Amino acid sequence: MTIHERTSFDRRTFLKASGVLAVGFSMGLPGAADAMTLSGPKSVAKEAVDSWLTISPDNRVTIYVGKVDLGTGARTALMQMAAEELDVSFGRIEMVMGDTATTPDQWLTAANLTIFQGGGELRRASATARRALVERAAQRLGVPADALIVDDGVVRVKAAPERTVRYGELIGDGLKLEVDSKIALKKAPDYKLIGKSIPRVDIPAKVTGEFTYIHDVRVPGMLHARVIRPDDYGARIASVDDSAARQVGGFVQTVRKGDFLAVVARNEWAAIKAANAMRVTWTAGTGLPDQSTVFDDWRKRPIAKEEVTQNVGDAKAALDGSARRIKATYDFAVQTHATIGPSCAVADFKDGKLTVWTSSQATHSMQHELTAVTGLPREAIRLVFIEGAGCYGRNGTEDAAADAALISTIIGQPVRVQWSRADETARSPKSPPRTMDLEAGLDQQGNVVAWSGEFYIALNHIAAFKPLDFPLLAAMETGTPRPGNWVGFLFQNSGQPYQFANVRVNTRHVAEAFFRSSHLRSPGRIENSFANEGFMDELAAAAKADPAEFRLRYLKDQRAIDVVQAAMKLANWQARPGPNPDAGSGPVVKGRGISYLRYNNAITYVAAVAEVEVNKTTGEVRVTRVCASHDCGEMVNPDGVANQVEGGVLQTVSRTLIERVTWDRQKVTSVDWASYPIMRHNQAPKVDIALIDRPGQVAWGAGEPMACAIPAAIANAVFDATGARLRSVPLTPDKVKAALAAAPSRG
Amino acid sequence: MARFNLMVNGEARVVDVDPDTPILYVLRDTLALKGPKFGCGLAQCGACTVHVDGAAVRSCVLPIEAVGNKAVTTLEGLGTSAKPSKLQQAFIDEQAAQCGYCVNGMIMTSAALLAKNRSPSEAEIRDALADNLCRCGTHKRIVAAVKRAALA
Repeated sequence: MTIHERTSFDRRTFLKASGVLAVGFSMGLPGAADAMTLSGPKSVAKEAVDSWLTISPDNRVTIYVGKVDLGTGARTALMQMAAEELDVSFGRIEMVMGDTATTPDQWLTAANLTIFQGGGELRRASATARRALVERAAQRLGVPADALIVDDGVVRVKAAPERTVRYGELIGDGLKLEVDSKIALKKAPDYKLIGKSIPRVDIPAKVTGEFTYIHDVRVPGMLHARVIRPDDYGARIASVDDSAARQVGGFVQTVRKGDFLAVVARNEWAAIKAANAMRVTWTAGTGLPDQSTVFDDWRKRPIAKEEVTQNVGDAKAALDGSARRIKATYDFAVQTHATIGPSCAVADFKDGKLTVWTSSQATHSMQHELTAVTGLPREAIRLVFIEGAGCYGRNGTEDAAADAALISTIIGQPVRVQWSRADETARSPKSPPRTMDLEAGLDQQGNVVAWSGEFYIALNHIAAFKPLDFPLLAAMETGTPRPGNWVGFLFQNSGQPYQFANVRVNTRHVAEAFFRSSHLRSPGRIENSFANEGFMDELAAAAKADPAEFRLRYLKDQRAIDVVQAAMKLANWQARPGPNPDAGSGPVVKGRGISYLRYNNAITYVAAVAEVEVNKTTGEVRVTRVCASHDCGEMVNPDGVANQVEGGVLQTVSRTLIERVTWDRQKVTSVDWASYPIMRHNQAPKVDIALIDRPGQVAWGAGEPMACAIPAAIANAVFDATGARLRSVPLTPDKVKAALAAAPSRG
Repeated sequence: MARFNLMVNGEARVVDVDPDTPILYVLRDTLALKGPKFGCGLAQCGACTVHVDGAAVRSCVLPIEAVGNKAVTTLEGLGTSAKPSKLQQAFIDEQAAQCGYCVNGMIMTSAALLAKNRSPSEAEIRDALADNLCRCGTHKRIVAAVKRAALA
C-alpha cells in the first residue's frame, strides 16, 4: 500500500515524474460526412475482439468502447488500459466512444462502473487481441510465440531483434475470434502505463477553445429549434397561435405533434425569438405536493415492494433488550444535476435513417428509447457520442436528443436543439426525495447491540442492465408514455458498514415519484450514507466516545481501517467525544466531523473529515476544510482519481449546504442559478486528499464514492461545533437555527 | 438584418445579423468559434465570457449593436493547444478541468484579473471568479492554475 497525500502538491513535478508527455487530441466529427456509412463493416458484438479495435497498416490503433467520457477523464484512463494490454505506446491509440454504429454496447456510463466493468471488458479484449497477434507473428516468423516480445506494436524475435513484424501487417481483415473472458491480464509489476498520471488528452483543446462539445456540432444545412413546454407540471396544450413567431426573421416552421411543440429557424437567435413569440395557452397541470411537508407525503405514498437489504442476528429482540434506544429520522432534498451547459443535440433524418449526435451517457439505450419517439426501427437509428457539459447522471441530455430526433424525422432536415437554462434546471429529471428512519440500541457501556433502518426509496420501473425505456418528454408529449422511472440503485448502502451483532435494514420502494425521476451522482449511496453516518455519530455521542474511535471499534476490514486512519492523519484528528469543548464562545463556532463508507458495501473505501464554522446568529455553515481519503484499489491514473475525488468533495459540499429544487403547487420554481444556486469559488473549502494505491488489486473506480461521505461529515461537524444535530440535507440556515433552538444548552 | 464590422481576435470580420443578436451567437453561430459557451443567457454563470477592449464581459447578454468597433477577444485569441498562453498552459499543468465547459469563463475572467493585478492573492482570485460557476467541483485546481500563471 502506498498513500499519496496531496496537501500542497506540485502537479508539474508530478507530471514530469510520470515520464509521459502530453499527447495531442484531435477529433473530426464522426458520422458527419456520410451519416450511416462507415469505411467498412465493423462488428459491434461485445464478445467479438474485432468490435473493440482496429489497426491500420501503419500501426495506428483505434479502440472502440461503449462507455463514454462525461468529463471525468475516462477517455484517457481507458486508453491507458488498452495500450497497456496491447503493448503499444499511449500515443498510438485513438479512441471512439459511445457510437452505436461502431462500438460495443457496455450499458450506461454510470454507477461507478466505467473503469471496473468497462475497463475490465476492454482489457480482456485487448489482451486477447495481443495474444492472437503474437500467435500470428509466431507463424509468420517461424518461431514459437514465447520467443517473441512486443514493443510498441512491433513484434520482435528476442534472439534476433532485427526480425520484426508490425501489428498492422498481422491484423489482416480482423482477428475473427471471441474475447477470452478468462485471459490472464498483465500483472502490476509489468505495467508501463497503468498507474501513471498521464495528462488528460482532452484538456489542451478544452482550455484553448479547440474542443468540440456537443454544443459545437454543426452539420451542413442544419436548422435550429426550440421546444416550447409548459411551466405547470403535467399541463397540456390548449391552443397555439404562431402568428407572431412567423414574423420573426429566419422563422422556418412550427412543429407540433400532440403536446410536443417546437419552432424551427435558420439561426439560433431567431429560434429563441420565435419561441418567445409563440402564444400558447395550456390546460391546468396535474399539481405537485406541498413542498413544506414533502417528506411526510413521501412516506405516505403507496409502497410497491419492500426488500430487506441487511439482516444479521435478531435486531428486534436486541433492541427490546437494550439499555438505551435511540431513534432518528433523516431526509435528503430533491436535487438536480444543474449542468453548466444546458442540454443540446443534433439530429439528421435522411433516407429513412436517423443520426443523432448527443452527449448521452446511454447512447445504446437511447437507440432503443428513440424507437418510441420516432417510430423508426432500432436498426435505422444511430447515436454518436460527442462530449457535453458534465451531466452527473441522467439530466436533460437524453430529452434534448429525443427532441432533435423527433423534429428531424418530422421535417426531414438536420436540426440542432439547444435547451434553455430554465429547461435544464426545471424540466430535466430530478433525484427523488428521501426519508430514512433509524433506530439503535446501546448497552450500559455504550456498545451498539442493535441497528435497524427503514429507507423510503423511489422504485425503479425498469430493469438494470437493459435499455432504460425512460419517460422522455418527447415520448410522453406525443402520446407514447413509458413505463416509469429509472433512478439508479437506490438500495445500495442502505445497509451500514459496521460489524454489529444484530441488524435489520429494510427498503420501502415508493411506487410513484411526483417528478420525473432519475439518477444523480451516487444515487442512493449518498442519501443512505448521510443517514447511516449521521446516525452512527449520534450513537458515538450517546456513548460519549470519540466518533472516529467509535467507528474503528466496529471495523474489522484492514482496508476500511486504513482509509479511516488516513483521513484522521490528514486532519490531525484529536480523539475526544463531541461536541467540541473548544468550539469558541463568540457567534461563530468551530467543529469537525468524520464519515466513512464502502461504496455499495462492496467496492471503493472512502472516509472524510470536514471542518466547519457555524454562525449561530445567522445559521450559516461554512465548510473550511475537507480531508478526504480514498481506496479504489489499483489506480489507473492517480491524478485522474485525484481530480474525481476533489470534484466529489467540492460538488457535494454544494449539495450538502445549498441545493434543493423548489416548487409550488403547480410548477418547479428552480429555473436558473438564482433560484438553484450552487457553491461559488469564494465558498469552496480547502481540500486535502489521501489516495491509497494498491497496485495489482481490482481497480474499482472513483467517480462516485467520495461524494457519499461528505454530507454526514459536514452535519457531524455542525454537531461538534454546536451540539445541534442536523438530519436534513441541505443544511440551510433556517434548519440550522431550528436545530440550535432545539439543542440542549451548551452552557 | 444589418451589417456589422467586428474586430475579433485581431481580425476584421463582417457579419450580417439582427442588431439585437447577443454577440455570443455571432461568435458561435456566425463565426464558428467554440471558446465562448452558452450557459444561461442570463449573465449568471460566466461560461460565455469574452474580452471587449480587455474587459471580461458576459457575451450572452451583450447585443452586437452595443459592441461597435471595440476589440473582441475569445479564448481562441489567447493561444492554441500548440502554443498556449501562459494562463492556458497553467490550466494544462494543473489539469484544471473535468468537463471543462466552464473553463472558458474561468480563463477569460482570470486573464482580465491578471492583466490588472499581476500577483493576486488566493482570496483575490476566488473573489474575482466568484460569479463564474463550476459544477464539476474543479475549484481547487482552477485557483491553483491562476496562481501558477501569476507566479510564472
